[in-house]
Amino acid sequence: MSDFAFQFLLTLDATLRVATPLILCAMAGIFSERSGIIDISLEGKLLMGAFVAATIASLSGSVWLGAICAILSCVILALIHGFACITHRGNQVVSGLAINMLASGLTVTVGIALFRQGGQTPPLGNTERFRPVEWWFVDAFDAVPVLGPVYRELISNHNILVYVALIMVPVTALLLYKTRFGLRLRAVGEVPEAVDSAGVSVTWLRYRAVILTGLFCGLAGAYLSTAQGAGFVREMSAGKGYIALAAVIFGNWRPVPVLLACLLFGFLEAASARLQGVDIPLIGEAPTQLMLALPYIMTVLLLAGFVGRSSPPSAIGEPYQK
Amino acid sequence: MQVDQSNAAPAIELIDIRKSFGPVRANRDVSLRVEAGSIHGIVGENGAGKSTLMNILYGHYLADSGEMHVAGQRVSLRSSADAIGLGIGMVHQHFMLVSNMTVLENVMLGSEGGPLLAAGRRDTLATLRRLADDYGMEVDADAVIADLPVGTRQRVEIIKAIKGGARILILDEPTGVLTPGEADQLFEVLKALKRDGVTVLLITHKLDEIMAITDAVSVMRHGEIVGHRRTAETSPAELARLMVGRDVLLSVDRGQAQPSDILLEVSGLACTSSRGRQVLSDISFDVRSGEIFGIAGVSGNGQTELLEVIAGMRSFEAGSVRLLGETITPDAPKTPAQIRDMRIAHIPEDRHQFGLILSFDASGNAILGYHQSDEYGSGYFLDEAAVTTHCNKLMSAHDVRPDNPALLAKKFSGGNQQKLVIARETDTNPKILIVGQPTRGVDVGAIEFIHKQLLALRDAGCAILLVSAELDEIIGLSDRIMVMNDGRQMGILDSADAGRDRLGTMMAGIADTGVAAS
Repeated sequence: MSDFAFQFLLTLDATLRVATPLILCAMAGIFSERSGIIDISLEGKLLMGAFVAATIASLSGSVWLGAICAILSCVILALIHGFACITHRGNQVVSGLAINMLASGLTVTVGIALFRQGGQTPPLGNTERFRPVEWWFVDAFDAVPVLGPVYRELISNHNILVYVALIMVPVTALLLYKTRFGLRLRAVGEVPEAVDSAGVSVTWLRYRAVILTGLFCGLAGAYLSTAQGAGFVREMSAGKGYIALAAVIFGNWRPVPVLLACLLFGFLEAASARLQGVDIPLIGEAPTQLMLALPYIMTVLLLAGFVGRSSPPSAIGEPYQK
Repeated sequence: MQVDQSNAAPAIELIDIRKSFGPVRANRDVSLRVEAGSIHGIVGENGAGKSTLMNILYGHYLADSGEMHVAGQRVSLRSSADAIGLGIGMVHQHFMLVSNMTVLENVMLGSEGGPLLAAGRRDTLATLRRLADDYGMEVDADAVIADLPVGTRQRVEIIKAIKGGARILILDEPTGVLTPGEADQLFEVLKALKRDGVTVLLITHKLDEIMAITDAVSVMRHGEIVGHRRTAETSPAELARLMVGRDVLLSVDRGQAQPSDILLEVSGLACTSSRGRQVLSDISFDVRSGEIFGIAGVSGNGQTELLEVIAGMRSFEAGSVRLLGETITPDAPKTPAQIRDMRIAHIPEDRHQFGLILSFDASGNAILGYHQSDEYGSGYFLDEAAVTTHCNKLMSAHDVRPDNPALLAKKFSGGNQQKLVIARETDTNPKILIVGQPTRGVDVGAIEFIHKQLLALRDAGCAILLVSAELDEIIGLSDRIMVMNDGRQMGILDSADAGRDRLGTMMAGIADTGVAAS
């Protein structure tokens, strides 16, 4: 296998790793937004999930307990968002913004109080992290040209949460398109009056949607601090929640296109990391800062270029009132 | 001893129903008895409380007080689910359909038959087939709602309402969006349902429909029921009198038009929507001074876009609009302000969106679009006193009630809002008046007033372009009538040749086979 191909393979491998929190967050966003609730607080929930997962894993020594608590914390934030937006018909952007600020402040404050390390958690040990899962016969396949390295790097040896994220895409699609809940969810984001007049509670339906959002965000947060990273660092979500939201819009609120959008954004990030310090013909060595900013710049460009054709759920952002 | 209740008990009995929204008493002590297996009409002006009453019956609103009996049983409905459980189905005025989902998905919504859709899908398909066989309500189960014509969408709504075997069907203004042909089809379905013992409640403000199809009728005014009649024993004139509380002229005597110069000329106009759909193709007509040129058609067939193009609010791709001798083409457009300055006035279809700023007071609304005039101030400042004086003048001349310039626009009734818009737009003695849906959501009394105003303007030499979805309004006011369907003109008729049937056929998109009028 040529060196370039191998580098490309490693980039794809990294793409999966950086896209995982985006995928989980974006699936979370699909549930909320399809029900008619704008959720810019994906970012805040991701950050809170990451903090709680690392903190509980560090304190208890159990990575699974950390993940469960991360999910719980995100569900609580989602319920706060739901209480403001569904029960009290508040402005969904303002509520989301408030949750983002709450998460940003709370994680650092509690982190300093608990660990006195400037808002970080202590580095996590092996039992306090999700480890890569090695699939069967990796060594046996190694000898096979092309397929061997692809199997080792791209398919096997990922974290369990990477596989969970990928499985969640068809699960989300099935839930949306093949179940009673999904039919009602899609309808309530378009014409809540139709759901109400069919004798189904709009409020309860939307609450269930935001709870699912919290659940998926919690997994994303746990991945960030206890799988991809080895501990919590302040503001470690670094806009990934917003990029996930961008992917939801870019993918037109449909699971598979949204997955592709996440992978695209992930690829840009992985490629920019790999291109740091590399001599590019004609340009020379690209500045590190520019490379780091590249995924964000591309996000803006892609959204500006394509968002015109998106068709959001028609009742999104509008509180339902009889 | 057994008493057979099934024949004796009315399908619905309401006793002293009251409902208020804040200070507005929408229903006051309403009592109503609907015989099982009958078609019962409820008429009243907009805002008389008909829809509120039906929403209470459907469990959507909770009555403040009063009793409700369904098939002899006292019931209290807390949600639409309760009503559905009692066999009550409702077809709302604004369709409760998810437009990007299929017919099947819309019909299934709320009765999916289990957590997975697959099983319910089969049952629902069987139900659709049965209803198609029994009532001739054919629909393509896999069609997406957005692609269906309005009449078919309404059919889907009816299927939704009766799929579970509803015994009582409520229809709220069902014919407002239909062509006369589609309305006739609807009435056939209702008669078939009645034969099967279904009780139908028909809410409408069209008296000819009441006379044509109902067995009994109740009239509402200001939230109260002001009369019950057997349809066979009443007349449209009596019902109109009950609705308004005084005698009403159901049609105005419009006299002979004296058309002279061509003031407005449209030729070869074509326009596509922002989504790339052809909304107007090859439209050509002219309007002369001293005539009312009516455009008939079911809403959404390009009339809105046509008015917007002429008023300068929408760009177009081909053709030209000639206004008072000045030609507007896609390459040489004019802004709405430039057009208004030529003394061309526009009464927009959607007065809430384009005619008024609801959160401004009446005096502010009375100068919208004319606010740059030196009459209302100098430099950057408005002369509040002059604006108020102007508003007072408009209000008294056009009978806007209450005549309070400081009242917010949203506090006026639909009719008075419209009178304010008309007052503003006609105060400058326009040479051309473009009018969209002048009496939509306006009560019968105000309709009469508005119609007389339009005719007075015509007789004063104004060229009037009138778009209305109400066929009676078009026929009653227009000197010539153009029919539109799917963005095309189906023909132009002299009003003397334009009967309801002929226009209805053309509105449905069927080319006119009668004597062609030039």
